Amino acid sequence: MMTNRSWGVILLVLYAFVLNLNAFELRKGQKTERISGSAGDVLEDDPVGRLKVFVYELPSKYNKKILQKDPRCLNHMFAAEIYMHRFLLSSPVRTLNPEEADWFYTPVYTTCDLTPNGLPLPFKSPRMMRSAIQLISSNWPYWNRTEGADHFFIVPHDFGACFHYQEEKAIERGILPLLQRATLVQTFGQKNHVCLKEGSITVPPYAPPQKMQSHLIPPSIPRSIFVYFRGLFYDVGNDPEGGYYARGARAAVWENFKDNPLFDISTEHPTTYYEDMQRAVFCLCPLGWAPWSPRLVEAVIFGCIPVIIADDIVLPFADAIPWEDIGVYVDEKDVPNLDTILTSIPTEVILRKQRLLANPSMKQAMLFPHPAQPGDAFHQILNGLARKLPHDKSVYLRKGEKVLNWTAGPVADLKPW
Amino acid sequence: MKLQALQQSYANRGRSNSFRGSSPLDSSVDGGGSIKSPAGIFWSILHCLCCLISLVLGFRFSRLVFFLLFSTSSVNNLYTTSANDIAETLSFTTSLRSFSPLVANTTSAVATSSRVVVGRHGIRIRPWPHPDPEEVMKAHKLIEAVQREQKVQYGIKNPKTLIAITPTYVRTFQALHLTGLMHTLMNLPYDVVWIVVEAGGATNETSALLAKSKLQIKHIGFPKKMPIFWEARHKMESQMRLQALRVVREEQLDGIVMFADDSNMHSLELFDEIQKVEWIGAHSIGILAHSGHSNEDPFEIQNSINNKDENKSPSIPVQGPACNSSDQLIGWHTFDTTEYKGKSANYIGDMAIVLPRKMEWSGFVMNSKLVWKEGEFRPDWIKDLDMVDGDDDIESPLSFVKNSSMVEPLGGCGKKVMMWWLRAEARADSKFPTGWTIDPPLEMTVPAKRTPWPDEILLDTEKVVNTQENTEKRATKTRTPKSKRSSRGKRKHESRNADARRNSGERIDNN
Repeated sequence: MMTNRSWGVILLVLYAFVLNLNAFELRKGQKTERISGSAGDVLEDDPVGRLKVFVYELPSKYNKKILQKDPRCLNHMFAAEIYMHRFLLSSPVRTLNPEEADWFYTPVYTTCDLTPNGLPLPFKSPRMMRSAIQLISSNWPYWNRTEGADHFFIVPHDFGACFHYQEEKAIERGILPLLQRATLVQTFGQKNHVCLKEGSITVPPYAPPQKMQSHLIPPSIPRSIFVYFRGLFYDVGNDPEGGYYARGARAAVWENFKDNPLFDISTEHPTTYYEDMQRAVFCLCPLGWAPWSPRLVEAVIFGCIPVIIADDIVLPFADAIPWEDIGVYVDEKDVPNLDTILTSIPTEVILRKQRLLANPSMKQAMLFPHPAQPGDAFHQILNGLARKLPHDKSVYLRKGEKVLNWTAGPVADLKPW
Repeated sequence: MKLQALQQSYANRGRSNSFRGSSPLDSSVDGGGSIKSPAGIFWSILHCLCCLISLVLGFRFSRLVFFLLFSTSSVNNLYTTSANDIAETLSFTTSLRSFSPLVANTTSAVATSSRVVVGRHGIRIRPWPHPDPEEVMKAHKLIEAVQREQKVQYGIKNPKTLIAITPTYVRTFQALHLTGLMHTLMNLPYDVVWIVVEAGGATNETSALLAKSKLQIKHIGFPKKMPIFWEARHKMESQMRLQALRVVREEQLDGIVMFADDSNMHSLELFDEIQKVEWIGAHSIGILAHSGHSNEDPFEIQNSINNKDENKSPSIPVQGPACNSSDQLIGWHTFDTTEYKGKSANYIGDMAIVLPRKMEWSGFVMNSKLVWKEGEFRPDWIKDLDMVDGDDDIESPLSFVKNSSMVEPLGGCGKKVMMWWLRAEARADSKFPTGWTIDPPLEMTVPAKRTPWPDEILLDTEKVVNTQENTEKRATKTRTPKSKRSSRGKRKHESRNADARRNSGERIDNN
């Protein structure tokens, strides 16, 4: 009698618990929605135990000394390479035994040679990278074993491993020949572009997490701005006539919508930039000199639907995050009709996009917090690397087989660094 | 600066070879110019001429010429700049423009065929780059939908009806205050029941004013007339509020009762905050102790008082709950009236500061169930309405509670001020047109010949106040300033009003 009753109570409690769970999932007006991309529901995967990374010990002239010379590198949008190094040094996926490592990481800060204005100069980067690779290939046998196919490098510069800020020059140079077989982790991504290699992992640019968290406003404040954008439309210094910068897309946005009350666009730099984004429904993320920008990260963090105006762009973690469901893609040729496009999106779709953006794992995946947190961009990079395992047998070269041409590329790159 | 930049770009064009994507047409021009021959000189002169014209126009005019003269393929670019002075040429180019991409890139580094090509692109502008009103309406509907969803997710769930109790009476500033309050209540997203208690009985004037809103209003008359002295007025207002509470009890209205005096200013955040009250709550109100005398700056009085005693910190004009560090109610902040002793207004319309009482009704909100008869839900620390009724002067809802520590502090424990208390009134005997409309219309309206000077206006307003007391004829009011202006030197005013209409005809001729 006693046991029957207690069983009954336990069953009842379990039933109620399960009911509540289901109710929670199906409840209308829920705030977030689960995100699953083409690779499945992988945003919350834990990479620990799925791969092992060996970090090469390079002399400090490749990393620490460069950072000491210019600490601004910790705050600009290319800081991912530095924070990734720090994360890997203390991460549980790191192994000190290179024989059991699946991936090898070379900590070389190629994007830390800054002008007085803070923009990185890529002119020495190819030599620096080459010198680092020469070092690891001569001191450890693992590079020559696979010619770099199980190595990965972080190249967050404008056009990735093409190491130039002008697109034509970058295309001319192409990806550094020595990195032909390695996996590149970069911010640049554009389909059918020379500087995006097959199998690269696209990551978001670095945006300072603390700064953004400190500007959060309560979510009950109503969103009253329809479209928001702050930035240049014409790069008067480098392209005064327009047409070159952003392939004319930003100029088209300005010329078509400068007097439209729905579009809050200007070149001013307000102090309430982050707060204003949280009061906007759509945030424009047009291309600049390169297709990617930190605006995407900011839009995701602040719950503003990103309007991506960059043809053929590859967005960060494209296999884990279904960007078509979250943002709005607009072709550059359709910019004059941007207002029609945005107002013809059905209400349900907009609300769903906002629910997806409200998902905390989505916001976390775009950030590089320090110390690292589960689900953040570092973990997504490791997840991406783990999804590429196990390595194909063809990765390991036979004895004496050589694929890389160590003398390819412009002559200036062959000089030692 | 822009022109210099243009010039520089032209200079750069010659220098850099593969940097800018060049059209086949241009390369032919460049190629031709390098040959030192009459043709070459002719081309370079033509080039300079085109450069100069482009400088003036603000865009690359030469390309336009080539397009018109030499175009063989349909692919071409037209450029626009952001210079304002070429607005006409902009429209000209846009009508010519064909929406086609790009310039061929001479470098062949692109491996697979990508539809995105590097180089100079045209800036696409649609024929009429201005907002379309239908799109704007659609966008607003979208914004509304988004905000509704936000409210559902982050706002207050199950909002309670708001019962606002306002004592009022017909006077000069009634329309001013009541309209402000009415609009505040109309802008709320909650259901509102507005109980307006009018001293001197319910009048048509007030009803007409209230009818402009779409709110649910209970217009109740209070038999006694509003007294002239402030002390008595405060007492009567308390009684009027109690009358309203009796109505709440009789009709069993369910919701949150707040006391909205017509001359107070409410922030919309206040109404969101008071939804949180469970039984009885208090929030901070800012006291705007205002002097009716326009010349006297209320802050000057404050300063002169404070200067007397340097050690005393200036009193914060806020009345409301005071909490300790663990957000528990420990006492009350009240407005310090000792400085104004003897300087405060006695009767309505007095040119002195109107002071609030120790605890104002408007700083409290109650759950309407507190005043219901025999409510089972009512906690025992609440006195019944009947018991309180007999008391002579109920200064604040605190009289309802036996234990004032049960009052809930709202608005960040009183740190946020969301309502401002003000009593600004004209003199009790000041006249104003019924409903603030002049009906029947004046027989003659004359436009002013010239803007009066400031000192004339002051003189006029003083005289207008005097004449208003003496005359019944409202129709002559507009004419008195004019007549006063021309009769500046003469101080006779009583008789002048009767003659004003008659004399104004002559006066206009004189002017």
